[in-house]
Amino acid sequence: MKVRLWGTRGSLAAPGPETVRYGGNTSCVEVISAEGTRLILDAGTGLRRLGGRIGPEAGRVDLLLTHLHMDHLQGLGFFRPLDEPGQQVHIWGPPSTTLDLRARLSRYLSPPLFPIRLRELPCALTTHDVPLDTFEIDGFRITAALVCHPGPTVGYRIEADGVRLAYIPDHEPVLGARALPNQSDWVSGFELAQGVDLLIHDAQYSVNEYAQRVGWGHSTIVDALAFAARAGVRRLVTFHHDPGHDDAALDRLIDEARVAAPTSCELVAGTEGAVFDLRNSSA
Amino acid sequence: MAQKAVEIILMRQLASYLAMPIMLFDPDGNLLFYNEPMEAIIGQRFDETGEMTLDEWYALFEMTDDDGAPLPREERALVIALEEQRAAHCAVWVRKKPDGVRRRVEVTAFPLEGQGGRHLGAVVISWEAHDG
Repeated sequence: MKVRLWGTRGSLAAPGPETVRYGGNTSCVEVISAEGTRLILDAGTGLRRLGGRIGPEAGRVDLLLTHLHMDHLQGLGFFRPLDEPGQQVHIWGPPSTTLDLRARLSRYLSPPLFPIRLRELPCALTTHDVPLDTFEIDGFRITAALVCHPGPTVGYRIEADGVRLAYIPDHEPVLGARALPNQSDWVSGFELAQGVDLLIHDAQYSVNEYAQRVGWGHSTIVDALAFAARAGVRRLVTFHHDPGHDDAALDRLIDEARVAAPTSCELVAGTEGAVFDLRNSSA
Repeated sequence: MAQKAVEIILMRQLASYLAMPIMLFDPDGNLLFYNEPMEAIIGQRFDETGEMTLDEWYALFEMTDDDGAPLPREERALVIALEEQRAAHCAVWVRKKPDGVRRRVEVTAFPLEGQGGRHLGAVVISWEAHDG
């Protein structure tokens, strides 16, 4: 399984020379199996570049949304396969308590926020209210579960080729507590992340910033590392970087987290364009 | 042990901040959590008792009506919330075992329905009734 980060920024795109290494595009991750099948996770601004590389010959495209905040959706209107007549595009994501995914997406893909309506797209679009369960797409075994973040938000666990990936880009597992709950079954997202080879996780804030932003739905790098260690994760990739953090600040925060919370979990800085080649070590 | 639904996790966190006695049950009636004000009524910290079954929970108390008769199971607010999935309210006399302290308690229970209509359990809020 190959995992490529097309957008790692949180909240708002932050292009510029000071963010060129970690990247300015918002959340978008591509997952490719050994058989060449593909999943796309989230539709932040990073989706635009990825879409340019997916031609009609790619066949069916599956896009899994964690939630519908703008930084996870803004690339959708610029996703080239949506403009391809007849191309099968399947979008999965959480409904709200009153609206299905299609109705919720239509709020963004319609005037005045966007000139084209969802129903006017030429592709063959299917939307799915993502099941809060385990399901399969093209050889990927996917588990979706709600996690702590304002509004309906899921994280994903994806298994294929004998390896496991968890993607929880917006997550505040310490909400309402001073630290992770002692019992792991009370930790939001724990089962999604348990024992995975790679966890891509929210690491938006410094400890000081978080104190001013409790309840906004995000984590410190230190909390992300504690979560990863609790779940027995092999590698943690920091993600959803605050738009106010430039490359130098992110380097410093990650170095500080390594010192503050030493664990056996490998901490990797999530940079736009990074590729992770996950292999089954027991194979 | 199965992962708790995020709605249950958030409900526990909310309960832990509130000053009224609150308990949280799963759909099978297992007690998942009670907060500090409830600890004062029970006389035991949740960290000491941990989770327990509904039978274990009811074994801690005698619940009677105004005439001293045992409160039928089907009239208990928690049971109504869990089994009929509707809000319920009742006033009962509760005698805690083994110390025998008897209190007049009002109980409100409501079911928790999560995303996709999942029945997640019930929340019970208790008030100690005061004369006047």
